[in-house]
Amino acid sequence: MSHKKMTNLYLFTRYERLWHWLQFIMISILMVTGLEVHGVYVWLGYATAVKIHNFVGITWLITFFFFVFWILTTGEWKQYIPTTKKLFSVIRFYSYGIFKGEPHPVPASKEAKHNPLQRLTYLGVAAALLPLQMLTGFMYWSYHSWDDWGIDFFTLKQVAIAHMAIAFAILIFVIIHVYMTTTGHTVFAHIKAMITGWEEIEEGEPVQDWEKAARP
Amino acid sequence: MQKRLFRLVLCLAMIALLSGQRAIAKEQEAPGLKMADQSQINSAKWTTVDHSKFKELKKKFTSGDQITKACLSCHTEAADQLHRAIHWQWLSPYDGGYGKGAYSINNFCISTNKMHDLECENCHIGWNGKHDGINCLKCHGQTNMDWRQEFKDLKEAMDSGDPDWVGEIQADIQKDVVKIGLPQRRNCGSCHFNGGGGEGVKHGDLDGSLIRPSRNLDVHMGIDGQNFTCTRCHTTKNHLVAGRVYSTPAMKKHVSLVQNDLAPKIECESCHTSKPHKKNAIGRKLNDHTDRVACQTCHIPTFARAHATQMEWYWETAGKRDKNGKIIQKKGPYGRPVYKSIKGNFVWKKNVKPEYFWYNGSIKSLTAKDVIDPSNQPIWISKPVGSPSDKNSKIAPFKVHRGSQPYDIENNTFVTPLLSEENNGFWSTLDWKDSITRGMKLMGLPYSGKFGFVKTCYVQPTTHMVAPKENAVKCIECHTRNNSRLASITGVYIPGRDRFIPLDMAGWGIAIISLIAIGLHALGRIVFAARRKEDD
Repeated sequence: MSHKKMTNLYLFTRYERLWHWLQFIMISILMVTGLEVHGVYVWLGYATAVKIHNFVGITWLITFFFFVFWILTTGEWKQYIPTTKKLFSVIRFYSYGIFKGEPHPVPASKEAKHNPLQRLTYLGVAAALLPLQMLTGFMYWSYHSWDDWGIDFFTLKQVAIAHMAIAFAILIFVIIHVYMTTTGHTVFAHIKAMITGWEEIEEGEPVQDWEKAARP
Repeated sequence: MQKRLFRLVLCLAMIALLSGQRAIAKEQEAPGLKMADQSQINSAKWTTVDHSKFKELKKKFTSGDQITKACLSCHTEAADQLHRAIHWQWLSPYDGGYGKGAYSINNFCISTNKMHDLECENCHIGWNGKHDGINCLKCHGQTNMDWRQEFKDLKEAMDSGDPDWVGEIQADIQKDVVKIGLPQRRNCGSCHFNGGGGEGVKHGDLDGSLIRPSRNLDVHMGIDGQNFTCTRCHTTKNHLVAGRVYSTPAMKKHVSLVQNDLAPKIECESCHTSKPHKKNAIGRKLNDHTDRVACQTCHIPTFARAHATQMEWYWETAGKRDKNGKIIQKKGPYGRPVYKSIKGNFVWKKNVKPEYFWYNGSIKSLTAKDVIDPSNQPIWISKPVGSPSDKNSKIAPFKVHRGSQPYDIENNTFVTPLLSEENNGFWSTLDWKDSITRGMKLMGLPYSGKFGFVKTCYVQPTTHMVAPKENAVKCIECHTRNNSRLASITGVYIPGRDRFIPLDMAGWGIAIISLIAIGLHALGRIVFAARRKEDD
């Protein structure tokens, strides 16, 4: 463990934390019911699984627009601008430095709460995977109306396969994401931060300019 | 203040509860049912006639024909109407060469030999085939009288010269002839419940159990429910009865009474519309099915639920005799025969799950004129027409009857043996050669003199015996990987049944690799952290 002085930082606002855990609940329910609809197991019963999956899916879609509004109006979207700078030192940290007890190359700060690897991952998840999953889910749900909407050149099979492929991608993200929460200075430091908003981090490293003003 | 608030809440809750219940009661009634009731002139309530008061019927009838004449003396147009009807013609008005009276064949008694095979005519509406008058009582008589047999008996009595016997029979006739009404389930059933030569042979969804069915057996016809007669759905116009004929669907377009209140009531949609389920989450999903799944697919979980139905009939084993040269008759399960010398081997089943096909309402049938390919067995004498790419096709349930039949091994056509004892056919001689030769001659078709047997299949749409909704097929019975009811249905992605296996393998594979990788990573962190501690 590091011997540097620790300091508390308020990283995640109330809305952010609420949205994160709401998504956690919704994605868990969607995953469990979705796999049942996919025929992996029989648990709740097919009709119940479909009903819950559809309800939660539509709820997610609606609440996602609140998130989009939030991220645009607060300017928090800037936190997700991708950068390759120090990306490889972060990758090197998680695959090597972490074992040696080295400090994190890009510790979190108020202005830059995500390291370059997180930025890239979360941008991919929040801007691509999740919206695509909502879109394919919505299409799956509304397939009866495709004729009326003039999009009947799609087949249910294509949409189902796309929906399933993204579901696997999300599942794999969740597995790694949950594990990565344990890589803070203590095992539960990151999870605590997402619950209380306050993260205890090492003091000293000032925020770099490239992190603050990262614009395309 | 608090008390008042409490009362208000209680009041609102009561209103919500009551209106909710009213909504449920309303929803249980099919939307088109009221219209069907209003246009239901085929109801006993509308009768303005008591046939027992007609002097035309207070006669001593000596032949069936005399009764027909009495009927026609008032119902002047009936004969003309019926002579155009399939029930008289036994010919399809739409497809040339089709019909019991033409070249159509089936998996059961094969052919009527153009109505020469006399036992077949028990189900014709004439007194003597198309030769004499129409037996109006077959459909309109309200007693269990076998009218054709009754007049045969009368003739025998008159020939014997016994006036008491004659008087007795004539009194019976007199008593029953005035009991006239609209066709009841028993009337239609006297033929349609006995199709194929016996009760429950031909149809899996039409048998004697429907004369007095429970609501559980048929939610519409149940005597403890709606008590529908056949004509409630098979509506008639000038004695023409609505229904499917060979390749001609019962209705060209799915129309509900809500759209057109004079449409026939032959289809589920007529009263229930194409969006019949409740407007809740599951109901909407079920409504999403109605474009490609027929109502019957889910609402008739099994057919032959009360009486057993025949599923297989192998003519090739017919003709055996016992040691004493007598004909054999062996009974099996359900009290039904498993072997008869005159017919061959049978298999009977009860509570049968249908087989499912894409179906646009049309059935392709073979006739005795069609050339078949015996190297490609079984031969489908009738098969549903439809495909996933045809938007008018739906997944629909069928009874598939399997068996074997004689065919001409040189001409590769089916042959039509003459069967009836009255004709001295196969059922009295057990002689294939003679019965086929004479049968083909009556059909006017060539026969090489050499016959063999081919395996055949024959389909019947399953559309009666609609179960109460609580017994409908459950989602999981189709949406499952193993033993899905729709396992044989292609061209459509069915969630739960279908998957793209390479994707599933890759997805689960990477997920497992990720788990292993983080496990190793975690282990590494623990081990290195422990070492660093030691170093300190």
